[in-house]
Amino acid sequence: MSRIDVPMPQMGESIAEGTVSQWLKQVGDAVARDEPILEISTDKVDAEIPAPASGTLVEITVAEGETVEVGTVVAYIDTDAGAVAAPPEASPVPEPEPEPEPEPEPQESDPVEVAAAPAPPPQTAPPPPEAASTAPSGGVETAEDRLRTRSTPVVRKIAEEHGVDIESVPGTGHAGRVTKHDILEFIESGGAAAEQVAAAKPAAPATAAPAKPVAASAPSDLWERFYREVHHPEFPVRGADTVEPMDKIRRLTAEHMVLAKRIAPHVHSFIEIDFSAIDRVRSASKERWKAQGARVSYTAFVAWAVSRVLREFPTINSTISGNNVIYRGNVNLGMAVDLDPGLIVPVVHDADHLGLVGIGNKIVDLATRARDRKLMPAEIQGASFSITNPGVLGTMVGLPVIPKGTSAILGTGAIEKRVVVVTDPNNGTDSMAIRKRALFSLGYDHRIVDGADAARFLSRLKEMLEDFPEDA
Amino acid sequence: MGTVPYGEALELQAELVAQRRRGEIPDTLLLLEHPHVITLGSSSDPQHVLLDEAERERRGIELFQAGRGGDVTYHGPGQLVAYPILDLKPDRKDLHRYLRDLERVLIDVAAEYGIEAVRSEAGTGVWTALGKLAAIGIRVSSGWITSHGIALNVRSDLSYFETIVPCGIPDRDVSSLERELEEDAPELAEVSQRFVEHFARVFGHETIVG
Repeated sequence: MSRIDVPMPQMGESIAEGTVSQWLKQVGDAVARDEPILEISTDKVDAEIPAPASGTLVEITVAEGETVEVGTVVAYIDTDAGAVAAPPEASPVPEPEPEPEPEPEPQESDPVEVAAAPAPPPQTAPPPPEAASTAPSGGVETAEDRLRTRSTPVVRKIAEEHGVDIESVPGTGHAGRVTKHDILEFIESGGAAAEQVAAAKPAAPATAAPAKPVAASAPSDLWERFYREVHHPEFPVRGADTVEPMDKIRRLTAEHMVLAKRIAPHVHSFIEIDFSAIDRVRSASKERWKAQGARVSYTAFVAWAVSRVLREFPTINSTISGNNVIYRGNVNLGMAVDLDPGLIVPVVHDADHLGLVGIGNKIVDLATRARDRKLMPAEIQGASFSITNPGVLGTMVGLPVIPKGTSAILGTGAIEKRVVVVTDPNNGTDSMAIRKRALFSLGYDHRIVDGADAARFLSRLKEMLEDFPEDA
Repeated sequence: MGTVPYGEALELQAELVAQRRRGEIPDTLLLLEHPHVITLGSSSDPQHVLLDEAERERRGIELFQAGRGGDVTYHGPGQLVAYPILDLKPDRKDLHRYLRDLERVLIDVAAEYGIEAVRSEAGTGVWTALGKLAAIGIRVSSGWITSHGIALNVRSDLSYFETIVPCGIPDRDVSSLERELEEDAPELAEVSQRFVEHFARVFGHETIVG
């Protein structure tokens, strides 16, 4: 019998592997040449793979969900079983002939260069600065030329009509773009006239170019490579190992963690908190809360105090964004919830406007719905500061990673009874006492939060927790 | 083509793919808008749709298994959707090159509006500093015939993307021409025109627009 291979096809020069997403035919099915027998997926592409010959599908060697290298045999077709004897070549599908010579597309290796690369080749020499800015009418403009003008077609048309060099118009749009409003205001304010005079002088106005906000978009290739791209190194698999692909949440978590640490220089500071005062408030309010059906955990106390203290420390409720600092106008607390496996961080929005019981109930509600996967998108977004509780599983302290887009995170260690030295306020005598205490760690982005700021924040938090107000 | 429900667009594409394979039609580019719809790619986990069914229906968002590559995405009014039905034989049989070409078209269209958009090693699509501007997900049917394609946010209501943000992970933000340009944002029809121009240039042939 002639049994022919069905290999994982070469779907592109740079595509080394493919995942079998679905078998459209099963072992024993008759297949006709060119009839789709399986679907594969690579990257963002789904592709149908046709049978290379007519016959019977006699063996499937790669199961759905498995990823194999190009050329790996995924199935065998017995051509004797079919009506027509197909040519015995084990042809990669679709179509056997080898890829033609790599086309001359030099940009292919450098995505950044391609981003700005002009498609039609003419106009190789960069035009003089003055000419470049005034969008040559009708000429072949490259993507790069257009980007330099930081403007839309409408704005370029207005500029041309008024003989304005767009580069001399201050842009207030994103990335320094010149909006329609900007250019109209510029013309209105007589800037156009001044501009025309300046343009008449030959080389002098060239100096007008620097110090433009457009510079903000220049490091984007660096941004792309450094702040967006995450590649996890690969390691050899040993005999007894099992290998599983990461699911989406794990992949995103892995990527987020790498980027978060890559961007923010992490520093951690610690403080020990005494829970005696909190315990007093808890016992005093226990009956009342029970009657209300309120659920106020230790975490609720911490969240309440943090939300108040954050109002006094705007840098800890901020984030660096480009060359700016965004001070968040709301105190939105991300509360890490263990899903085992996985983690979700629902957000208590405007926590500083909620009372202790309100925060307690909100945390219970969010955590419950997080575990049931019933959170609304808005409920997991917009955190300005986060709290994680590694202590809930008994660990003494953690060094949490600061979520992207925030400047700090608090980690609360296990609350344990410890022997501590206490001083009698009346006579100054020292003695040993048993107190409930926990270590707190503050992870902070050292670009924006200085060590002293962190220390002041933690001291203030300690003060508030150890002298917890009765009426919170 | 105006606004076309997702299900109809799927059927139309299947029909055009068959016709293209038989050589009955030339390479064809479909340009349209969809009503609110969430579509799943082959690698999507349905759990990444954050709305439960009742809420989704209440908000009038359809849900489809799209039969294309890529993960979950959202389509809706104000978004330019382009589905090229091309025969990649004989000289364009490289799916990565095809994806890169689609990205190139999108980058050039963004540049028309002074927006610097780039591709990212991290995934197919086109990003600006503010977020993902356009998504790409394609299918290649037997005989190297393409379908599905790109979705460029022009004036999309970006809040709809929040319905598909994966749990707890602040995913990359989404952007649109409107978010980039604010009141200067162009109309969909104008962007379509520019898309066609750049598409024809990058793909180097006359294109029938359906």
